[in-house]
Amino acid sequence: MQMPAPDQAAISALPALLAELESFLPADAIVAERRSLKAFETDGLSAYRQEPLCAVMPRTRAEVARILQACDRLGIKVVPRGAGTGLSGGALPLADGVLLVMSRFNRVLDIDLPNRCAVVQPGVTNLGITRAVESQGFYYAPDPSSQIACTIGGNVAENSGGVHCLKYGLTTNNILGVELVLMSGEVIRLGGRHMDAAGLDLMGVVCGSEGLLGVITEVTVRLLPKPETARAVLLGFPSSESAGDCVARVIAAGIIPGGMEMMDKPALNATEDFVQAGYPRDAEALLIVELDGPAAEVDHLIGAVSEIAEACGATYRRISTSEAERQLFWAGRKAAFPAAGRISPDYLCMDGTIPRKRLPEVLNRMQDLSRKHDLRVANVFHAGDGNLHPLILYDANQGDQLARAEAFGADILRLCVEVGGVLTGEHGVGIEKRDLMPAMFDEVDLNQQQRLKCAFDPTQRLNPGKVFPTLHRCAELGRLHVHRGALPFPDLPRF
Amino acid sequence: MVETLQARDERDVTDTVAWALAGNHGLELRGRGSKAALGHAVEAAHVLDLSRLAGISSYEPEELVLTAGPGTPMAEIEALLTQRGQELAFEPPDFGAVLGTGGGTLGGALSCNLGGPRRFKAGAARDHFLGFRGVSGRAEAFKAGGKVVKNVTGYDLCKLVAGSYGTLVALTEVTVKVLPAPETQRTLRLHGRDTAAAQAAMIAAANSPHEVSGLSLADGVAAIRVEGPEPSVAYRLKALVDLLGGETEILDDAPSRAHWRAVRDVAAFAGDQARALWRLSVPPAGGCALAARLVAETGGRTLVDWGGGLIWLELPDGEPRADIVRGALAEGHAMLFRASPQARAAVPVFQPETAAIAALSGRVRRQFDPQGLFNPGRMGG
Repeated sequence: MQMPAPDQAAISALPALLAELESFLPADAIVAERRSLKAFETDGLSAYRQEPLCAVMPRTRAEVARILQACDRLGIKVVPRGAGTGLSGGALPLADGVLLVMSRFNRVLDIDLPNRCAVVQPGVTNLGITRAVESQGFYYAPDPSSQIACTIGGNVAENSGGVHCLKYGLTTNNILGVELVLMSGEVIRLGGRHMDAAGLDLMGVVCGSEGLLGVITEVTVRLLPKPETARAVLLGFPSSESAGDCVARVIAAGIIPGGMEMMDKPALNATEDFVQAGYPRDAEALLIVELDGPAAEVDHLIGAVSEIAEACGATYRRISTSEAERQLFWAGRKAAFPAAGRISPDYLCMDGTIPRKRLPEVLNRMQDLSRKHDLRVANVFHAGDGNLHPLILYDANQGDQLARAEAFGADILRLCVEVGGVLTGEHGVGIEKRDLMPAMFDEVDLNQQQRLKCAFDPTQRLNPGKVFPTLHRCAELGRLHVHRGALPFPDLPRF
Repeated sequence: MVETLQARDERDVTDTVAWALAGNHGLELRGRGSKAALGHAVEAAHVLDLSRLAGISSYEPEELVLTAGPGTPMAEIEALLTQRGQELAFEPPDFGAVLGTGGGTLGGALSCNLGGPRRFKAGAARDHFLGFRGVSGRAEAFKAGGKVVKNVTGYDLCKLVAGSYGTLVALTEVTVKVLPAPETQRTLRLHGRDTAAAQAAMIAAANSPHEVSGLSLADGVAAIRVEGPEPSVAYRLKALVDLLGGETEILDDAPSRAHWRAVRDVAAFAGDQARALWRLSVPPAGGCALAARLVAETGGRTLVDWGGGLIWLELPDGEPRADIVRGALAEGHAMLFRASPQARAAVPVFQPETAAIAALSGRVRRQFDPQGLFNPGRMGG
């Protein structure tokens, strides 16, 4: 993975930039010492590291706007960063760019329960929103596994998901409004406490734009009343085919569980070693199915799911009988990534989505790839929506293992696309999958996407080098090629 | 005279747009024309008819995904989904009666991003639009999104196309998320409450854990829908009766469905199409009070949906009274949904945007359609 060559002119402009920043930012908002910048050199994709030119930590929208204007004027790139928990390298600093750290935007501005929404600053953590409203019976639905640390601004940038998104949607389905600052310093407010846009749905495209279109300075999120109850059932299967069959039959029966997670044998054993959640170690595949909602409905559906699982050949079944037991069932799944860290010095977490019916085939071919690259893989899987998280286990200190892990990961993602799926279900493209974008999109597709950025950031100074494998100037992208002067199809039906 | 060019496939669409681009001919993009009266009148000498880009190419109930041509009639999609116990969860409205047209297409429903009564819980068309193929105003065929339910690869261009009223892309194929249809439903009607009490009851219901999926107010009667498996519906209905008290009435499955279909399609205002009709999207908690104020100031009638978040206002005649309607709006937006061509020419149909948003939207639009070929004038500006 190569980043664009640093721009020496931008690096030389650092003293001028610092002088300008010092004129309106307090000293503690600017980090320019090499030693201190080390703390910002990576995000959740720690295989890649780069110190930024400098880091700034503004507190107000006006400061963000002035920082962006100064950088735009001096020709310096900007990389926005929330909590730095992203897994695709979207917040990887650039050697010739300012890192704009939004963690000081950490206030909940308004809680409006009659309208079931809250207005928060982007540095508020995902779980912090729920914490602010749970005593009144509400929560914020998307729950990425980093929810204790990740921020809502980062969630908006990445369109983050979580284990409950089959039923409750991704970030994009759970926000009502955003305020963002463009690279020009212009402040744009989109949406609000009402539903749907008056004109083009710009908020819809800002969400998931991976910090390439604007810097989020405020978010209005939907709040939901907490479900009356939630119960989970653990199901062990003798094969991934039978587990996959069970998932398909649950959905075909009209049941959309709050969460439906699958783990393969290596993953469930790694987590069992770590957390002792009571998973059946001999199962080839484990399903955790959570039903949430009104108590009568949950009881009814737990029964229905149990019957389906039995018909699919489940060899193990345990239904949670208390909240503590339900939490224990999840403790293993939620610890899957650190558990992988215990059995391997390093791991890469992949994030493709596939049509669910192709799961057995994909898992088998993944075993072939595991032999080809001579690296182990453990699988956790958002089974309801087909989102795979293969964990490739490697040791960065051993020879070419990182390079082999990357090649293995790329093969897995190409496989996902080949069977009709996509490169990323919830982690984003960032730098990690940037060079694989042509496996899914052709040049025309990618150029049209990049034109959207030109409408927001015509000089392309915001987070360049992420998402798109090739940078094109906006003038080049905007050139029109006009080919024909006459309708070339005389047989076209005309009225 | 307007000439209609009927595309048979994506190649025809690309060739037609290339021709239009070379000669700077505006194109009115059209499926079945059921929503042609929404927005401003299109100023184009040619119609690009997409109705033959029809048919369901892939439907896999267990994958919760359906792919079809944009010209596929909504009725065809709904019939197939019903056979498998599924539906489009955003409850696409059928405005045939209220606009005096026929049934619409899937592409039209997505392009206008209209959601039915379940909007506040399940989202609008935008939330169920997973991927598309289409032709830009640069005469280039491209794709975006995917054919799986969970995907964040690249910009989410589906959101932009939903609600663009055909001004960005000529769609040639669309993929949507489908979901199991609830097994049954019932509706609780609340009588004898004034505006404030009706609003309070709707907030209490929406903020309860009883998962209500419909909240309407018309003629002084609030209606609350619960859907799901039978034991769950019975349990929640009883809980809501206990929570809300007062004089209540329960509609069983069939009358409940009829009620919400009428709300979805704004059937109450289908009688006299000469009357101007507004559609307001506002913060829900103030919706009933705003509706009452609009009735007092205009002499019109309202139907409130989405727990107050959506107000349909039918005026006594064809005069839109835009100053009164938009003047009463503190937040949100008001669309002049039905009015004579003269009235729609005189008033901005869509809520005027701030200068910054209008400029940004204009820049976005030019990136897709630099010469403004598609549905010129439809969204104003």
